Amino acid sequence: MTNHWVDIKNADLVFVMGGNPAEAHPCGFKWAIKAKKTRKAKLVVVDPRFNRTAAVADFYAPLRPGSDIAFLGGVINYLLANDKIHHEYVKAYTNAPFLIDEGFAFDDGIFSGYNTEKRSYGKDTWKYQLDKDGYAKVDETLESPNCVFQLLKKHYSRYTPEVVSQVCGTPKDAFLKVCEYIAETAAPNKTMTNLYALGWTEHSVGSQNIRCMAIIQQLLGNMGMAGGGINALRGHANVQGITDFALYAQVLPGYLSAPGDADPDRKTYLEKRTPKALRPGQMNFPQNFPKWFTSLCKAWWGDAANKDNDFAFDYLPKLGGASDVLSIFNAMYEGKMNGFFCQGFNPLASVANKKKVGDALAKLKYLVVIDPLATDTSEFWKPHGEFNEVDPSKVQTEVFRLPAGLFAEQTGSFTNSGRVVQWHWKAADAPGEAKDDTEILAALFLKLKEMYAKDGGAFPDPILKLTWGYRQPAKPAPEEVLMEINGKALADVVDPKDATKVLVKAGEQLPSFAMLRDDGSTTCGNWIYCGTWSQAGNNTARRDNSDPSGLGQTLNWGYAWPVNRRILYNRASADPAGKAWDPKRTVLKWLGDKWGGNDIPDMRPDAAPDQGVMPFIMNPEGVARLFSRELMAEGPFPEHYEPFETPLDKNPMHPNNPKATSNPAARVYKGDMEAFGKAKDFPYVATTYRLTEHFHYWTKHAHINAVLQPEQFVEIGEELAREKGIRNGDTVKVRSNRGFIKGIAVVTKRIRTLEVDGKKVHTVGIPIHYGFKGVTKPGFITNTLTPFVGDANTQTPEYKAFLVNIERA
Amino acid sequence: MKLNRRQFFKICAAGMGGSSVTMMGFSPTPALAEVRAFKLARATETRNMCPYCSVSCGVLIYSTGDKSKNAKADIIHIEGDPDNPVNRGSLCPKGAGLLDMVKSPNRLKFPEVREPGSTEWKRISWDEAINRIAKHMKTDRDANFMTQNKDGVTVNRWPTTGLLASSAASNEAGYLTVKTFRSLGITALDTQARI
Repeated sequence: MTNHWVDIKNADLVFVMGGNPAEAHPCGFKWAIKAKKTRKAKLVVVDPRFNRTAAVADFYAPLRPGSDIAFLGGVINYLLANDKIHHEYVKAYTNAPFLIDEGFAFDDGIFSGYNTEKRSYGKDTWKYQLDKDGYAKVDETLESPNCVFQLLKKHYSRYTPEVVSQVCGTPKDAFLKVCEYIAETAAPNKTMTNLYALGWTEHSVGSQNIRCMAIIQQLLGNMGMAGGGINALRGHANVQGITDFALYAQVLPGYLSAPGDADPDRKTYLEKRTPKALRPGQMNFPQNFPKWFTSLCKAWWGDAANKDNDFAFDYLPKLGGASDVLSIFNAMYEGKMNGFFCQGFNPLASVANKKKVGDALAKLKYLVVIDPLATDTSEFWKPHGEFNEVDPSKVQTEVFRLPAGLFAEQTGSFTNSGRVVQWHWKAADAPGEAKDDTEILAALFLKLKEMYAKDGGAFPDPILKLTWGYRQPAKPAPEEVLMEINGKALADVVDPKDATKVLVKAGEQLPSFAMLRDDGSTTCGNWIYCGTWSQAGNNTARRDNSDPSGLGQTLNWGYAWPVNRRILYNRASADPAGKAWDPKRTVLKWLGDKWGGNDIPDMRPDAAPDQGVMPFIMNPEGVARLFSRELMAEGPFPEHYEPFETPLDKNPMHPNNPKATSNPAARVYKGDMEAFGKAKDFPYVATTYRLTEHFHYWTKHAHINAVLQPEQFVEIGEELAREKGIRNGDTVKVRSNRGFIKGIAVVTKRIRTLEVDGKKVHTVGIPIHYGFKGVTKPGFITNTLTPFVGDANTQTPEYKAFLVNIERA
Repeated sequence: MKLNRRQFFKICAAGMGGSSVTMMGFSPTPALAEVRAFKLARATETRNMCPYCSVSCGVLIYSTGDKSKNAKADIIHIEGDPDNPVNRGSLCPKGAGLLDMVKSPNRLKFPEVREPGSTEWKRISWDEAINRIAKHMKTDRDANFMTQNKDGVTVNRWPTTGLLASSAASNEAGYLTVKTFRSLGITALDTQARI
């Protein structure tokens, strides 16, 4: 979230699309209700299902799963065509005036630079025109045909209300009504907050769904404002934290892009990741990258990371290519992996195409499951009737199952969706011989270290020299670990302007990432968490919930990253002169000599407004991007592409260009393209979703939750039910080209049949929570059905729009 | 002075005898389930967080025992933390079942192994589990560690073992996971961030 949960109460319009917070995030959703009650805010919901968020909304519009970009592109067109934008904001705070390369083009669904064989783009033309000093050229009049503003207008002029209705199946008047609600927040003192979740990300165009909203919020001037922003309602209680700590391959902790095969040494690596400002006088905060990275190397390898060995640059493994859950399971399926660890992760249930995942696991030599619960994955080799048909004698994988503790049995910090890091305390021991995750890791690591010290082996240095100064090496205390993450000064840190002035004494915990250095004199395990454990102690354990501003900022409750800032880009909540756009909800304002207000300034504290330092300090251009340059895989403007399994057989926006039917830059593995179903065999659109009584595949192990929602059901609309002769309570079989599941039919009015591109499209809704392990009724795993293809940028699988057939079982 | 039951018990716990509080004219709002209430009053209260969705609601966990070294705590009740600025004491239908998650019959209690081709689990000790897994890891790492790629660039990676990390783990466990697995050279690394 760019903002945070309580801030939702400051909105004038709560726009929910791609999420269902009333059911999936109920205790956060109370703040949307609060906004309705106290500010008379409106709640607008766009979703394939009339869900419980829609049930309390002021307005609801349906759409076909997988057509979000067409809808949102239509909103962008409406705002531009009807001049409902926040002009001063757009001109000053976005790249609207920036001039784009003359070679940039868009032709029938494909941007310039496409390579059909490689299914990817050369992005040479997706960039700014630069002047002789290397700064981007701009046209303040916004009239040049090559400026971003004009290109944006042109690109979205095709998304008329008629086209939106044709592609999405949304009635035209309902679409226009949604546009009117959104357009009202173009006023400088009105804000819309956007709440989304996996309903936007789990598509082959997931990232571009969110890019659409980024464009809309920029045009409306809603970024940085209280009650504004783009707010991802994330999954697990600490999925934000685990993302921040880079438990995925492409980055190191704090979103530092990981070194790869193209980075032979530290110098090349740093140069590529340390940008130069693209406009004069901008903060260009990523210029500090070498400080963050060097401090991380020092935290991990201490004295063994020094100037003589490039701060242990070669100790870090270099990424050799794609490395995400789909590519990893594909490599495993092809027999290229021998070992695998599932730590609190149940991939048999949660990764696309269960059959492929099960077959992949069966090719491993060893599998280690570390979990508090007996997961489906841990028994992928065991027959469970038709739910898991397998012959154990043919599975040669050695499977270990290690019992771990869960939340109530551990001390440590979680980071919520609003980036607030909060400490929690252990209440009891885990049952039996179960151990804390940290102890299990320490045991494995120390054993390996001992073996490498004794017997040697492949490149033992990074293992032998990894810092491990915990008082009990086999039991690192969470307090020690958070202190290490925060980082400390190894030598006195002095003021860069005055070397006699010591800012932090050697040995002290660092107060913020402003103190990090690239000469090896500081350590920090994750630069954005610097400040969580300063000399003042554990700031994540702070429990003062006072809220003097009334905005719900609670600055002394826990600690938000970065530097306890609660609303990102908050400089943009004030006009260029430093006056709050809405003085009643002041987040930040210029006080004459410094920035102040009700948050930690997202700006150099003494940057006077007349210096023209722009609010988006993490961008080298200083402004937000309507045009995303070369940063996205499939284009600098979002374009509607059909899901890989489309009910239409063509992209109605590019009916004569098969290359532009589905995301032209999405990765599809051999065999998976063939496993996509066609509309003639699988005529119905399926979308998976979550129930308010369950959480993923965990609560099927908890008695009360299992009583409340005991078994798999499948939700269909009345018209489809009539056509197929299915009644409420019938057992139905749902098939995709990859397998089938069975469930109880629930016939509802909540899912409508939509008229799309001249034909009727029915949607089938499938909850995900069931499996063959648990105290719920044993059932099928929903991801038996889903396609093995992901978003072109993040590789998040397309769970929200695929094709099925359905019949009475 | 109007008190609900919990405030009343807090005062009692703060040192005054319950009876003297009552004598001073205070008494809790009448409640029928007095016996249950007193059980909670004797329990130890621990501040924690719901592990489910990313609202990360504050919870209060009540357990028997006083956290002294030899007193084995047993969790008997979990409810929303009224001080938490986000959930303000509420829990949803998921979080309301937290006690049943802690007490799930499917909790794992000891290390197990399923041998290749076998149809069943076998209980093993932690020592055996760690030794056997570490041996597998070292054998695989030593056999498949890639020092350089085909262009001669130092890559130092171990491509044949991977990890899916838990988004239910704390930041500290996550940090140690990434620190140790990266030091081993693992790049096949992912988490629920994507799904």
